[in-house]
Amino acid sequence: METFLGIEFTVWWYLVFGAVISGYAILDGFDLGAGALHLFLNKEQSRRIAINAIGPIWDGNEVWLVIGGGALFAGFPVAYAAIFSAFYVPFMVFMVGLIFRAVAIEFRSKEPMLWWRKTWDVVYCVASIIISLSLGLMLGNVVAGIPLNRDKEFSGDWLSFFNPFAILVAITTLALFMMHGAIYLTMKTENRLYAKLRLLANNFTIFFVVSFVITTLYTLLYIPHLSDFFRSRPGYFLIPVCMILAIANIPRQLKRAKYRYAFLSSAATIALLLIMLALEVFPYLLYSAGSPANSITIYNAASSAKTMKILLVIALIGTPLVGIYTSFVFWTFKGKVKLDEMSY
Amino acid sequence: MDVEILARVQFAFTIAFHYIYPPLSIGLGLVIVIMEGLYLKTGNKIFEHATRFWIRIFALIFGIGVATGIIMEFEFGTNWATYSKYVGDIFGSALAAEGIFAFALESGFLGVLIFGWNRVSPKVHFFSTIMVFFGSLFSAVWIVVANSWQQTPAGFRIVGEGMNARAEITDFWVMVFNPSSVDRLLHVWIAAILAGAFMVLSVNAWYILKNKHLEIAKPSFKIALVVATVFSLLQLFVGHRSAEGVAQYQPAKLAAMEGHYDSSSSADMYLLGYVNNKKEKTSGLSIPGGLSYIIHGDFKAPVKGLHAFKPGDRPTQINTIFQSYHLMVAIGMLLILLSLFACYLWWRNKLFDRKWLMIAFVWSVLLPQLANQAGWFTAEIGRQPWVVYGLLKTSDALSKTVSANQIIFSLILFTFVYIVLFALFLFLLNRKIQHGPVDKTGKDAIEEGTKRDNPIMNHSQ
Repeated sequence: METFLGIEFTVWWYLVFGAVISGYAILDGFDLGAGALHLFLNKEQSRRIAINAIGPIWDGNEVWLVIGGGALFAGFPVAYAAIFSAFYVPFMVFMVGLIFRAVAIEFRSKEPMLWWRKTWDVVYCVASIIISLSLGLMLGNVVAGIPLNRDKEFSGDWLSFFNPFAILVAITTLALFMMHGAIYLTMKTENRLYAKLRLLANNFTIFFVVSFVITTLYTLLYIPHLSDFFRSRPGYFLIPVCMILAIANIPRQLKRAKYRYAFLSSAATIALLLIMLALEVFPYLLYSAGSPANSITIYNAASSAKTMKILLVIALIGTPLVGIYTSFVFWTFKGKVKLDEMSY
Repeated sequence: MDVEILARVQFAFTIAFHYIYPPLSIGLGLVIVIMEGLYLKTGNKIFEHATRFWIRIFALIFGIGVATGIIMEFEFGTNWATYSKYVGDIFGSALAAEGIFAFALESGFLGVLIFGWNRVSPKVHFFSTIMVFFGSLFSAVWIVVANSWQQTPAGFRIVGEGMNARAEITDFWVMVFNPSSVDRLLHVWIAAILAGAFMVLSVNAWYILKNKHLEIAKPSFKIALVVATVFSLLQLFVGHRSAEGVAQYQPAKLAAMEGHYDSSSSADMYLLGYVNNKKEKTSGLSIPGGLSYIIHGDFKAPVKGLHAFKPGDRPTQINTIFQSYHLMVAIGMLLILLSLFACYLWWRNKLFDRKWLMIAFVWSVLLPQLANQAGWFTAEIGRQPWVVYGLLKTSDALSKTVSANQIIFSLILFTFVYIVLFALFLFLLNRKIQHGPVDKTGKDAIEEGTKRDNPIMNHSQ
C-alpha cells in the first residue's frame, strides 16, 4: 500500500471524499435550507429577495454534489455501485426534486402573474424539503447499514429504508439545513425581512437542537455499536464536545446579531457532525446489516493504487482552482441582496 | 419487459434529452465570446445588446442542462452497477476530472455572467464569459474521453475474474488519448458549435423575416454565419477521420453503418437505403464500392462485413444504425450547402433578400440537433452488444438488485418530468425570443427602482 506522509492513499482519498461531502452539505445546505423555509416568508418582495440571495451561487454549490459523485465513483467504485443501485427509488425522487427546484428558481421570475409565482414558490419549497429529507434518509441508512449479499449488492427491500433511525436522521438533516439557511439569509437581508429571519433562525435552531437530541438518544439506545468508537477512544470526545460548543454558540451569536459568526458556527456544526459520523463508521463505507462480512470498506471498494495516485494529483491541482474561483464569485456577490435588472 | 431493454431505454431517454442542452451551451458560448469581444473592442451598443440577449438564453439552456446532467452522473450507479464496478477505476477518474476542472469552472463563473453586469468591470465580465465557454469545452473533453475509452479501450489491464473482474489503469495518458478520443472530441465540439451557431442564425432570421430588431439581427446573423460556415466545413474532415477510426477499431460498427454483410466483397456507400436484417440485404441508392474506396483507396477491395462476427458479437439493430448514420451525414452536407449558399449571397450583397432562405434558416435550428442525436445513436447502438467494446457486454453490466418495476417507475417519472420541463423550456425560450434583444420597457422601470438603492448602477450607464 503506497503512503503519503504516513497515510495510505486510500485513506487520503477517503479524506478528500469526506471534505467534498462536507463542502456540499455546508454550501448546498444553506440554499436548500433557504428553500425549505421559503413559504414562511409571506410577501412577494421578501420571497424575491430570498431567492436572489442564493441566485448567483446555488448552481456552484450543487457542483459539489457532482464532484462528490465523481470522487466516490473514481475512488470507491464498488461503494458507488452498491449505494446508488440500492437507493434506486429514493435517489430518483431526490433527482426529480433537484430538477424541479432548479426549474422553480429559474422560472419563477419569468412571469409577473401572482399565481405563477406562488405555484413556483410552492414547488421550490417542497422540492427543497424533499431533497433534504431524502439526503438525510439515505445518510441514515448508510450509517446504520443495509443488508448486502456476497457480491456486495443490496439484498433487502427498499421499503425498509423508512426505518425510525433513518427518518430521525432525515428530520434532523432538514432542521439543520433550515437553521443554516435562515442564518445565511439574515446575512443577506435588511429591515423587516431581516427581523423576521432573525426570529426564524432562532426557531429553527430550537427545532434542530430538539431533533438532534432525540436522534442521539435513539442512537445510543438502539444502535449502540455506532458509539463504540468514542467509548474505546475517550480522547476523541473532544470532537462531540466541539460540536456541542459550536451548536451552543449559534443562539449566542444570533443574540449578539453577529450573523457571520453564527453562520460559521452552523457550518462548523455540519462539518463536525459529518466527521463524527465518519469516525463512527470508519473504515466502512457501507455497513452490511446482518452479515458484517459482506460490508463495503474503503479497502475492498478502492480503485487501484495507480488510480488513487492520479486522483490525488487531480485533487491537488483542482482544489486550489475551485477555491480561487468560488471565493471570487462569493466575493463578487458579497453583502446584502440588491435587486437589479438581472435579478430573478 | 426485460430489465436490460428497460435500463437501456431509460438511460437513452435521459441522456438524449440531456444532450439537447450541452451542445447549445458550447455553441452559444463561442458566439457570446465573439459578440462580447466585439463589444469590448468597438464599444458598439449593438453588440452589448446581442451579448446580453444571448446570455439570457444561455442561462435558461444551462439551467436545464445542469438539472438533467446531474442525473446522468448517478445513473451509471443506479442502472449499471456492474458496469460501474468494472470501469470505475478508469471512467471514474475522467468523471472526477470533469467535475473539478470543468463543471466547477462553468457553474462558478456563470453567476458572474448573468448577475454580475453591474458588479464587475466589463473586462472581468468578458473574462468570466471566456471561463464559462472554456468550462463547457472542458466538460466535453472528459465525458468524450470516458465514452471513447468504452469504444476503443486502451491503457488498462483486466484484474480479477467473473463478477469481480475490472479494468485498471496502467497508463493514464494512453487511456486519455485512446485511439478514438481526439477524433471524436473534435467531432463533438464542432457539432456542438454548429448547434449554437444555427440557433443564433434561426432566431435572427426570424427577426429579419418579421422586420424587427434589424440593427441587431443582421450583424448577429453574419457573425453566426461565419461560425457556421467555418465549422460545417471543418466537420467534413473531422467526421471523415472519425469514420476512418471506426473502420480501423470497430469494424462491426462500420459494417452496420453501411449495412455491409459479406466480407469477401467490396462495400458500397449508400446515399439512401434500407437494411433488411432478416434477409441480410441492403437496398437503396449507392456508389458501388464507395466504402472500399474510402477505406482502402480501391473500389474493388473487400471490406470486413457483419458475417465476419459471431451473431452474439455484433449489433442487431442494423437498420436503425444505418438510418441514423445516414441522417447525420445528410444533415452535415445540408448544413454546408446552406451556409455556403448564404455566404455567396452575402458576397453578392443579397444575403437578406430571399424570403425562402430566411425561412429555411429559421427551421435550420433543428438540423444540428437531429444530427447530434443521430450521431450518438449510431455510436452507441453500433457498439452493441458491448458496453465496453470487446470486453464487457451490456447484458452483464446491469444492476442486479434493481427490478424491472423500479426502472419502469423511474422511466414514467422522468418521462412525465421531462415533458413538463420541455414544454416550460419552449414556452420561456419563445417568450425571450418574442421579447427580443432590446429591453426597453423593463429596463426603464427597473432603472428607476434600482438607482435608488444601488449606486453601482450609475457607473455602467
